[in-house]
Amino acid sequence: MHNKPQLFHPQAEAALANPELRANFRGAMDYLRDKRQTAFADPDEESAIRDRAEAIRQRCLSKLPTLLEQLEANCIANGIRVHWAENAEQANALFADIIQSHGGTLAVKGKSMVSEEIELNHAMAKEGIDCLESDMGEYIVQLGDETPSHIIMPAIHKNKQQVADLFAEHVPGFKHTLDVDTLIRTGRDVLREKFRNADIGVSGVNFAVAETGTLCLVENEGNGRMCTTVPEVHIAITGIEKVVEFLADVPPLFSALTRSATGQTITTYFNMISGPRKSDELDGPKEVHLVLLDNGRSQAFVDEEMRKTLQCIRCGACMNHCPVYTRIGGHAYGTVYPGPIGKIISPHLMGLEATQDLPTASSLCGACGEVCPVRIPIPELLQRLRREAKQEPRPGVPALRGQGAAKSNLEAFVWRSFSLLTSKPLLYQIMSWCATRLRGLIPGKLGPWTRCRTAPRPAARTLRELMAKRNK
Amino acid sequence: MSSTIRIYPAKPEKVYVYATCLVDMFSPQSGLDAIRLLELAGVEVIYVPKQTCCGQPAYSSGYEDDAKATALSQMALFPAPWPVIVLSGSCGGMMHHHYRRLFVGSEHEQEVNQFCDRVFELTEFLVQVCRIKLNDRGPATSVVLHTSCAARREMKVHITSRQLLSQLERVELCEQAYESECCGFGGTFSVRHPAISEAMVQDKTQHLNEAGAEQLISADWGCLLNINGALEYQGKDLQGTHLASFLLSRLEGHDAQ
Repeated sequence: MHNKPQLFHPQAEAALANPELRANFRGAMDYLRDKRQTAFADPDEESAIRDRAEAIRQRCLSKLPTLLEQLEANCIANGIRVHWAENAEQANALFADIIQSHGGTLAVKGKSMVSEEIELNHAMAKEGIDCLESDMGEYIVQLGDETPSHIIMPAIHKNKQQVADLFAEHVPGFKHTLDVDTLIRTGRDVLREKFRNADIGVSGVNFAVAETGTLCLVENEGNGRMCTTVPEVHIAITGIEKVVEFLADVPPLFSALTRSATGQTITTYFNMISGPRKSDELDGPKEVHLVLLDNGRSQAFVDEEMRKTLQCIRCGACMNHCPVYTRIGGHAYGTVYPGPIGKIISPHLMGLEATQDLPTASSLCGACGEVCPVRIPIPELLQRLRREAKQEPRPGVPALRGQGAAKSNLEAFVWRSFSLLTSKPLLYQIMSWCATRLRGLIPGKLGPWTRCRTAPRPAARTLRELMAKRNK
Repeated sequence: MSSTIRIYPAKPEKVYVYATCLVDMFSPQSGLDAIRLLELAGVEVIYVPKQTCCGQPAYSSGYEDDAKATALSQMALFPAPWPVIVLSGSCGGMMHHHYRRLFVGSEHEQEVNQFCDRVFELTEFLVQVCRIKLNDRGPATSVVLHTSCAARREMKVHITSRQLLSQLERVELCEQAYESECCGFGGTFSVRHPAISEAMVQDKTQHLNEAGAEQLISADWGCLLNINGALEYQGKDLQGTHLASFLLSRLEGHDAQ
């Protein structure tokens, strides 16, 4: 059914062989890159915004345990009930308990990648609870029984023709059209009905403010506001890393997020949720819950270098600029978070055994690190994970789940030999002498290299030999 | 990666050249031409014949201990305080940035950092330190330039190749689409993930061809091995040349300063 990181190679090959999918991604990524470029027209301003965002995220992560306790205390003071979940199972059990205690059967969801991470819809279906997606992209993905292919543009893998076909199949009374406005209106009409009938609203959180116990939600469609105000009960779920210290930390991060994600200086909606409906208020939910999920994040947290992974504010710029993501799309990764950030966060969420092919699926071109609004050194973290996948745990370095899963004696031997060859000049000179003298014997087919290239041909003499002649 | 602006030294009397294993074995002429170019720029070039490879393949495959052994053996070959000029942005990035990372907190940290401070990429050194002036004597031509990701994002020297080409009066620089996109080489990436690498190099060669230039230039033999191999496989006429060879070919009579 859905893709898996263990099958990264065949999934990537299938995506590469799909011209429509590739055109959809290339077009969409070009669009998003241009938008970001426009929002950061001044490189000095860009640099300043990113420096500030990085500093805020690093400060907040440096005091994460304290800030989480402060967040909990201030949320409780605001009337928000706070729950902790170590993994997906616990989080889903919390959801089921809360929803069932209200006799709920229908939940309406705003966009939340953490809810994808715990496969909330699936888990609730088993409990007899319908979870309906209300974000337009998520709604399209849910109609097609798919998963999001991008963290902020879940249905970006589809073009308007494919969306129209999907609506024609699933939406009663829909007259097939390629007019985008009509398609959007069709979706909105269906969604509007859902908000009216839902018992429970579910949302994610972009920033959870420790100082004030406020949950911030960034969105463009207004569905997030509907989900968090119309139903009687609102349940927000987020990863433990999303906490920020001060309310004043939010505007710089918000600005870095929207500029990087969609090239907007601000989104259409920005929600600050500070508790349930008060006695003198006319609207808002009667109950607000916050579920704080770990699910492997504390593994990244305890390692000083890997902790930088948690700086992420989920803008998606790294995938928009990634030459690999642009070609294979989000589904090929088989993880909830695709692209460069997915390659460095998924090993913590799912273990290195399942995700061992992801850190190597990068040419280390550095395009992701160049645009990251919080300056996560993604190429360095990929490098680090490559190492951890190949090596046994070392003293003084916290072991990762699945550490050493890609260990190969043959490969270790190859690199040991490489190291010997390159640190012993005489050995290297014999090797390069042979390679140049025997260059006629190099086979025309050299494994995967020659599937699209000719075999490289050594020169007749090495530079070392030519220089010896020159200096005579 | 540090975003600190690099302060360049005055032009030294002598430099070491680090040719890289790819130039040594696949294009020694690029090495000879780069050395000649440096000499024309007014520095004496020391070529250490014991040099091998910077160790990047082992490093980027996750075998840091093996890469460290190689790195230590290479650094020991350049004891005098002269700059080390690397004929590739990628190997330059390894020796200027990643060597530091390899030895953080080790007994070698200080000497490694001092070595890394001495590492320059060729075009960077010619422009920023030698302030070379090129006198174009060649016939009118057009070129398309491919800059490696490491030169662009690790060494932050993507501008210096362009500056060198812009000094040549009769050379027109053609722009290609997606110029800053990776060619898909990435060392072992190209064999670990051959299908993705193939898609990338196919796009790259297409964009380079569509630029309509007479010649393809790059200052990095890693990318050229990939791009030239793909171009030849496709039966295209375009074949990349190292920037050093191209520049030298323009200076008939050799009067750079």
